[in-house]
Amino acid sequence: MSPTRVVVTGLGATSPLGGDVPSTWQAMLAGQSGVRLLTEDWAAEMPVRIAARVAVEPSEVLDRVKARRMDRSTQFAMVAAQEAWADAGLTDTDVDPERLAVAVASGIGGVTTLLSNYDALKEKGPRRVSPLAVPMLMPNAPAANISLAFGARAAVHAPTSACASSNEAIAMALDLIRLGRADVVIAGGAEAAIHPLPMSAFAQMMALSKNDGDPTTVSRPWDTGRDGFVLGEGGATLILESEEHARARGARVYATLLGAGITNDAHDIAQPDPEGRGGTRAIRMALREGDVDPTTVVHVNAHATSTPQGDVAEGLMLHNVLGSQASEAVVTSTKSMTGHLLGGAGALEAVATVLALHHRVSPPTINLDDKDPAVDLDIPTSARDLPAGDVVGLNNSFGFGGANVAVAFGSV
Amino acid sequence: MATTEEIRSDLADIVNEVAGVDTDEVQLDKAFVDDLDVDSLSMVEVVVACEEKFGVSIPDDQVKNLRTVGDAVAFIERAAA
Repeated sequence: MSPTRVVVTGLGATSPLGGDVPSTWQAMLAGQSGVRLLTEDWAAEMPVRIAARVAVEPSEVLDRVKARRMDRSTQFAMVAAQEAWADAGLTDTDVDPERLAVAVASGIGGVTTLLSNYDALKEKGPRRVSPLAVPMLMPNAPAANISLAFGARAAVHAPTSACASSNEAIAMALDLIRLGRADVVIAGGAEAAIHPLPMSAFAQMMALSKNDGDPTTVSRPWDTGRDGFVLGEGGATLILESEEHARARGARVYATLLGAGITNDAHDIAQPDPEGRGGTRAIRMALREGDVDPTTVVHVNAHATSTPQGDVAEGLMLHNVLGSQASEAVVTSTKSMTGHLLGGAGALEAVATVLALHHRVSPPTINLDDKDPAVDLDIPTSARDLPAGDVVGLNNSFGFGGANVAVAFGSV
Repeated sequence: MATTEEIRSDLADIVNEVAGVDTDEVQLDKAFVDDLDVDSLSMVEVVVACEEKFGVSIPDDQVKNLRTVGDAVAFIERAAA
């Protein structure tokens, strides 16, 4: 029996480039950067003073009382889920609640809620710790709030694998549908970690760029001048649906979700395997699961965060799996524009991958002025058309802890 | 010493901030849970905000007795007296 086909019927996002998918996509195609100098008082003393804040504050979109019971990461996830749900044309009666699942991730969870409550504890005592702190900071809060908002009564998951979390959520959604555990899954992720503590911690790991030039030029994947990632925030979700369910309700289909691969390096808690062996296996697994001919992979939304080692390793992985097609595929790192959304990155980049296949155009990689000679990939610096026909786009995410997740989407 | 109406009005602002209930709805005869849809966690927020606003202490074991807005106003009046 052939596996259940899974399709993408709705997209949602709130990102440093825009408060929804259309604005984010237009800014991506135009090669705009969402990275800015932080103006908060605390930023003045930080070793890194730039980040990519969301373009539209969630308070402008969400009901005030509901929003005050959500961590900022949940707010992003909720904004994205509302858009994806509407974009899919779903109504309460279209899905049996017991067949509606959620797989929405975060890498760190409600870290700003945790830290602001600790500030309250230190300054004013235990009576001032919010009774909402636990349900706001728990890592499954974004998924749980989405289940409440849309009445999802099938499984509600929050997989966590650092910066691979939301790509893993998409892989998990594929499993849920293929195993017959759900007909529709709201899948994705969000992150809200622009706060002095996580920023200091990433800076101490030498993971963040310390480049103090024009903020819009600091995220520069594959460029010889890259020296670390830029922290971003935001969220994205996709509505994934069994093809049968989507057809029955006459839904518009953006793309098919062909396959996913999840592996681990077991190499180092933070550093990627320099030879990219685990990532290679993940990409190979995604293509095998989707029965994908490597010569049809015409587009890759790379993880490429603008770190010296990781960007090069990812090029090796693509060559290992795609062979000569690795030099033909149009590769992009949209992190050059959005910064790194950590647990939200995989989902935002999945949205971009799906739109690239849907509109047959790849977003550019900006700030690639002097490509690292160790990288043999076709990485356009302005938007590039993709070929017609049945083609495949690959979305890669890698995370601390050695996680490698690759997801393959097919054009329709 | 604040009047009953002044306390009710300040309490109404708190309930509005925490739970989004219209301040005109927060009248002495209204029950927090049954009439105003203030859930248990929001009630804790209301209690702590009242302690801060009115300079009183509302022990956890007293909260269950504050069924209506009138109960809370009366408690605050006694505690502040």
